[in-house]
Amino acid sequence: MWGPPPSAVRAAQPGRFAGSAGEVMREGVVKILRECVMANSSRKTKRSQPSLKAVQTLVLCALVFAFLGASDPVTRFNEIGHQMMCICGCNQILLECNHVGCPDSDGMRNELMASLTRGDSDSLVEQGFVQKYGPTVLAAPTTKGFDRAAYIMPFAALILGFGLIVLVIRAWKNRPAPAIADGLRPVRGAELEQFRDQARQETDL
Amino acid sequence: MAEIGSFALLLALALSVYSLFAGILALAFQTQVSSQLTGVVAGRPALGEDSSLVATLRQGSERIGETARRAGIATFGAVLLASIVLVICAFRDDFSIAYILHHSNRDLPTPYKFAVLWSGQEGSLLFWSLLLAAYGFVLRLRYKTDPRLFAYASVVLSGVQIFFLLLLNFAAHPFAIVQGTIPADGNGLNPLLQYPEMVIHPPMLYLGYVGFTIPFAFALGALIMKYPGEKWINITRRWTMVTWAFLTCGVFLGAHWAYSVLGWGGYWGWDPVENASLMPWLTGTAFLHSVMMQEKRGMLKMWNMWLVFATFWLAILGTFLTRSGIISSVHAFAQSSIGDWFAWFLAITLVVFLFFFFKNKSHLRSEHKLESLVSRESSFLFNNLLFVLLCFTVLWGTWFPKISELVQGNKVTVGAPFYNRVAIPVALLLLILTAVGPLLAWRKTSLESLKRNFMWPTIGAIVVAIFLMATPQKWGSAFGLKPWRDISYFYSLMAIALSVLVTLTVASEFFRGGRVISKHTRQGMFASMVQLTHRNTRRYGGYIVHFGVVVVIIGFAGAAFNLDKEQEMGYGDKMTIGPYTLICRSYTDDDAPNYASEWAVLDVYKGDKQIDTMTPVRRFYKASRQTSTMPDIRSGLNEDLYLVFEGLNPDNGHPILKAHLNALVMWIWMGVWIMLIGTVLALIPNAPAPVRVPAPARVASAHAEPIATGD
Repeated sequence: MWGPPPSAVRAAQPGRFAGSAGEVMREGVVKILRECVMANSSRKTKRSQPSLKAVQTLVLCALVFAFLGASDPVTRFNEIGHQMMCICGCNQILLECNHVGCPDSDGMRNELMASLTRGDSDSLVEQGFVQKYGPTVLAAPTTKGFDRAAYIMPFAALILGFGLIVLVIRAWKNRPAPAIADGLRPVRGAELEQFRDQARQETDL
Repeated sequence: MAEIGSFALLLALALSVYSLFAGILALAFQTQVSSQLTGVVAGRPALGEDSSLVATLRQGSERIGETARRAGIATFGAVLLASIVLVICAFRDDFSIAYILHHSNRDLPTPYKFAVLWSGQEGSLLFWSLLLAAYGFVLRLRYKTDPRLFAYASVVLSGVQIFFLLLLNFAAHPFAIVQGTIPADGNGLNPLLQYPEMVIHPPMLYLGYVGFTIPFAFALGALIMKYPGEKWINITRRWTMVTWAFLTCGVFLGAHWAYSVLGWGGYWGWDPVENASLMPWLTGTAFLHSVMMQEKRGMLKMWNMWLVFATFWLAILGTFLTRSGIISSVHAFAQSSIGDWFAWFLAITLVVFLFFFFKNKSHLRSEHKLESLVSRESSFLFNNLLFVLLCFTVLWGTWFPKISELVQGNKVTVGAPFYNRVAIPVALLLLILTAVGPLLAWRKTSLESLKRNFMWPTIGAIVVAIFLMATPQKWGSAFGLKPWRDISYFYSLMAIALSVLVTLTVASEFFRGGRVISKHTRQGMFASMVQLTHRNTRRYGGYIVHFGVVVVIIGFAGAAFNLDKEQEMGYGDKMTIGPYTLICRSYTDDDAPNYASEWAVLDVYKGDKQIDTMTPVRRFYKASRQTSTMPDIRSGLNEDLYLVFEGLNPDNGHPILKAHLNALVMWIWMGVWIMLIGTVLALIPNAPAPVRVPAPARVASAHAEPIATGD
């Protein structure tokens, strides 16, 4: 369920990149690393802001975890092979197509291996497959054009929903307390906390 | 026999129609009488003084209502009769009935003949209708709980029942007769369905799907009649939990069936039909949580109404997806033209719900007041957000190929890689909330108490994460986890660490509660925990369900460590995968009345020691002329060795075998059992009496000290 990386990923060699996509990723990560180091060193003279630093560190960690996968040909074969579908109609991932005599999967695997051996980048391999077999050969939408909407929508909904809930909570929190009968006053502040603690002690389960 | 079945279906339709209209008439009369009694009808004098007329009207409406109720009960009898007739026809090999001809054959084993009822389009709709009628039967028998609310719910149920009976009578008739010569034998059951779990998976799933009609019927009924208070929530709570348990069971039985039969080594393929079962489960789970807000604080009344409706609607939408063929799916066995019927039904239910919601929404207004962001109420809000978001993600992914086709003119595939990227981060957030939520008190939690309760579980989770990273890989699947090597390893480590966090928070809740009871009663800790659970079964049953969920999550996390290998295996050939060595001892074939089979015999070694002999099989079903694999699976806590007989090499006749080493899969099935045990516990009524403690020496009489509980 967690997807792709069976066998070969175990043999992964951290830090090694191959192909132009890997190069781009490495450059990106190195650039961000450099910027973070510079930002930290310049901040030594000022008072550092812990929250900003924490956010930068989190972003950096996420990028490192996302891009530091090894990319030797066997690993790439496994990774890309798990990003594609067999086109025979079995609706299975290319490397998981499991029926002997499948008219397509063997040929597709050979093509994939040939492309990687030639040194084609990931995107070039994918383009080649899409041109030959159509866009449904990719197991997930691309991150180009309208396909981007597939990824943006859930996260946009998450951010929107999160913001909405925060607004709702604030509105509910700021609502005035309901009126109570004459002669009684609402319990607030320290007195309320005292009653709370008492209630917790007496009913703590 | 076919005539009896057809007649029973027509009778059921007539009874349902009567139950609906007589029910509406009775409720309309009752409303009119109530209005006249209170003199609220504008421009008319009240009939309060003319008691005999009012009594006559009331008596009349009650009698009509009673006939409607009895007609609903009789509907169950008629649909049951139709179902029994269909099963008898399957056992009698009555191939004059088209449905039996297409889904059975003479040599089909007996249990599968019984399963013929739900193995095809028409039969499964009849089965759906039967379950709906059965739920309605129970509901109508229990009407004394609240006759008026139950009458409204009964009317809504009749409306839904009529839709399915219309389908059965006019669009997908299960007793349609074969035209021309009747073949000597049937086409047989789909081989993929000839597996023991397929005898119970569809009934469980359907019990879940259909069951959500009951909370929906009560919710809509309560909305229409502007039902005062939260009693309808209390009435439907058990229905919802039972239904949720059935759906959980159905979803995971489906996953287990896919794992055991399809032979691709996985259990979840994110196929649209699988997604269709997951969506109502997600909204139903959200409802089970948010309903507590309504019970305890009178909040989220509108939201809960929408969640109940969405759950029911998504269950029907799932059926629409399965049957219409609008989205391509591997579950193509039940596609037909009845999609239009479902589309209309979905539209009508939406319109009806929207009409009553906007007409009566003022009744659902409640005074929302929150004291703190750090409270149980907030955690439920975020919990609901994440569940609904997951549901939206699955819905969006399921429909995106169609949307893409409309927008850019070409379809795209939305498979596992998409869901892994999008749904897993959200699921991990949900796991964090599962850990934090139970530690938050209603209304307000002080940060100090949160820190105090959360510190040790967090330290425990971090220690486990470090341990898993530091240990050598040879210890087992989940050890030696280096999250920087691959994003899936990172997700797995996070999932396992957060699962540990949830487990420790759940354990600490049991421990703290048990300690209080133990202190008061001087019982042992285990007995105290049992008593604690019995005193608030819903809360502690819920915690056990949470524990089951994390066990399932650990099982999912194991997928990152899976290995597979494919090899041709002649006599004496060896294959090594992980710590196992497989040696082919033999391969042969066999013949049975229903199928012919080819199989291999493989000795399994771990190190130098032989630990098992496995026999993966491939079958050829004669009636349907289709092949199917029967993987042999050796399950263990750490990993499953999963062998598939893929076929024979046509050149030399050697079998080609695929071996999968699937990590931690057994945890998934164990987790589901724990979830079900937790649900059953939550259904048990609370122990009524407070704990009694021995009186202190200076007090003469026994002194009862109550210990309060709360969800």
